[in-house]
Amino acid sequence: MMSRLAALCFVLLLAPPAARAEVALSGFLQQNTAANTVAANPDGRHYKWLEERAQLKLDASGGAWRLLAKGDFSYDHLGRQDQSELREGYVDYTAGNWDMRIGRQVITWGLGDLVFVNDVFPKDHEALFAGRPLEYLKRGVDAVKLGAYPEFANFELVLSPGFRESRIPDANRFHLYDPMPAVMNRETIKPGQGDVGLRIYRDVAGYDAALYLYRGFQRTPSMRPDSMTAPTKISYFYPQLSVYGASVSGRAGDGVLSLEAAYYDSRQDRSGSDFTVPNSQTRLLAGYQIQPAEDLSLAFQYYAEIMQDYGAYLAALPAGFPVEKRWNHTVTARLTQFFRHQTLRLSAYASYNASNGDRFVNPELRYSFTDKVWGAIGANVFGGKPWGQFGQLSHDDNVYLQVRFNF
Amino acid sequence: MKRWWIWIIAGLLPLQAFALTGEEVMKKSQAAFLYPGTDFKARVVMKLINKGGQERVRELTMLRKNMGEAGGEQKYFMYFFRPADVKDMSFMTYKYPAKDDDRWLFIPAINMVKRIAAQDKRSSFVGSDFTYEDVSGRDLEDDNHVIEREGKVGNRDCYVVKSTPKGTDADFGYKLTWVDTSTFLPLKEEQFDKKGAPYKVFTADEVADVQGIPTVVKRSMKNLQTGHRTEVAYLNTGYNLGIEDSLFSERFLRQPLRKWVE
Repeated sequence: MMSRLAALCFVLLLAPPAARAEVALSGFLQQNTAANTVAANPDGRHYKWLEERAQLKLDASGGAWRLLAKGDFSYDHLGRQDQSELREGYVDYTAGNWDMRIGRQVITWGLGDLVFVNDVFPKDHEALFAGRPLEYLKRGVDAVKLGAYPEFANFELVLSPGFRESRIPDANRFHLYDPMPAVMNRETIKPGQGDVGLRIYRDVAGYDAALYLYRGFQRTPSMRPDSMTAPTKISYFYPQLSVYGASVSGRAGDGVLSLEAAYYDSRQDRSGSDFTVPNSQTRLLAGYQIQPAEDLSLAFQYYAEIMQDYGAYLAALPAGFPVEKRWNHTVTARLTQFFRHQTLRLSAYASYNASNGDRFVNPELRYSFTDKVWGAIGANVFGGKPWGQFGQLSHDDNVYLQVRFNF
Repeated sequence: MKRWWIWIIAGLLPLQAFALTGEEVMKKSQAAFLYPGTDFKARVVMKLINKGGQERVRELTMLRKNMGEAGGEQKYFMYFFRPADVKDMSFMTYKYPAKDDDRWLFIPAINMVKRIAAQDKRSSFVGSDFTYEDVSGRDLEDDNHVIEREGKVGNRDCYVVKSTPKGTDADFGYKLTWVDTSTFLPLKEEQFDKKGAPYKVFTADEVADVQGIPTVVKRSMKNLQTGHRTEVAYLNTGYNLGIEDSLFSERFLRQPLRKWVE
């Protein structure tokens, strides 16, 4: 990994456009600690995260070309091996009414705040739950992105030759729900092919409207035992998925209203009768954001997941497995308040699932000591049923610290 | 006593000299200060200085395009260079007269464009002592404007206009603006809080000729109640550059064109 990164940096530095390019080098040094407040990790450690990290960013542009490479080098105190990675590394070409980005890039679609309807791109859920800075919530994809901008609409086509999954919390660090804890033999099968997404967007009467199409795979794995009665092996796999969605946002009253919907077509199990594959699903999101006073903003979301073939799901679910409701209603709220000329920021995010009691709260205080140094303290608090998305993490509450020096 | 009529005329003079009303002065001032040219570009360096003298620097490129006559719709694009934690962030505003603006923010950390609420125009702009309205203008209809007197800032003759908000949502009780009688640029502004105590002072610290257009290239705003102040310098200013309408779009919010933002 390190040698690949070094080779890439070398190639990038010598790339022909660099000859006449403006080149900027920047980066940061960071310390990030998250300590358990309720229980030790399954592996017995007391920290969810404990690392020092350096990021180097190279940004070069010349004419219609731009090259950006962001590489992270980090040292993990909790026993993970080489944590260095290429966060992003791409080349842009910009023409009059089209453009192209090739390489590893972060793509975010949709309007949700920690709720994902049309954002089908890989995430790092572990980063969110382990108190890492927000940018680590997203993982880059290795893709070609083509943009076309004719008069009547804007098109963004994303072609990934290889599938990249979301990172789920590590079972050594988080108490994850496991319906078959006795089965030790486990394997992960990744899709052998890539995926494709298309976003079409434009202004419609002062509102930002978008359509989304995606054909690929679920980013989080499903598990399939080799036998229901006497399982000896569990396979993790990424079921085939297509998503068809739309969103609109604009001013409404004193605030900004966001509406988003998507249909998740579970192609691998359209009848809904395979319990190991997620049922086809409709996702709905309504968000409203206001700014009631200076430096204060409030945002609320209602989010629903609706199972398509609920009867088939119930019929196929083996005895002893937790039963999900057909409708899953979640409400979220976020408060953000700035103080001291916007150098001190208090934010709090809370999510509550009214269908299964799942809840997640993340308060954070962030201060910019100078223009180059900032620090944040915060907490992640989880609750709910032992198999819920957040409920299973109820022993994983933590407080975290992030300190970054930019250069 | 033979000359009694002279005194009457002298007494009437200040009133007769004001061929313009307060509204007209402020309208011309708005046109001179916020609307000159068809478009405008500047590299903006803002220094936020607290009472103890500690400085923070915000640096951005600001692009403005008029969509019609002075006083009409405008589009703003801002791209941030400093501080490091907002580098590459860009911010876009569609400004409408007598209606809330539309605002969008591009957050590079997660590569997301977000539409943001904008009803509080008296909010601080990036933590400075300037509000959004100080940067892109306040609706003239929001205040009553009366010429109080004539005055001078340095050796420049000015109209001194008192503006009193019609509503109660403003953070100030009234303000006095010294508007240059020939360029119509605001050279000084004193804001008073709702109790009538001095609140903020704006000064145009340097006016330069940019392509024949008098332009305030250095300005500052001081909060008299906290001692915090903000000094702003406009560098590399230019007018009538032919900024395309398409620049003010989600596409370029995500990937700003170097030729415009550098």
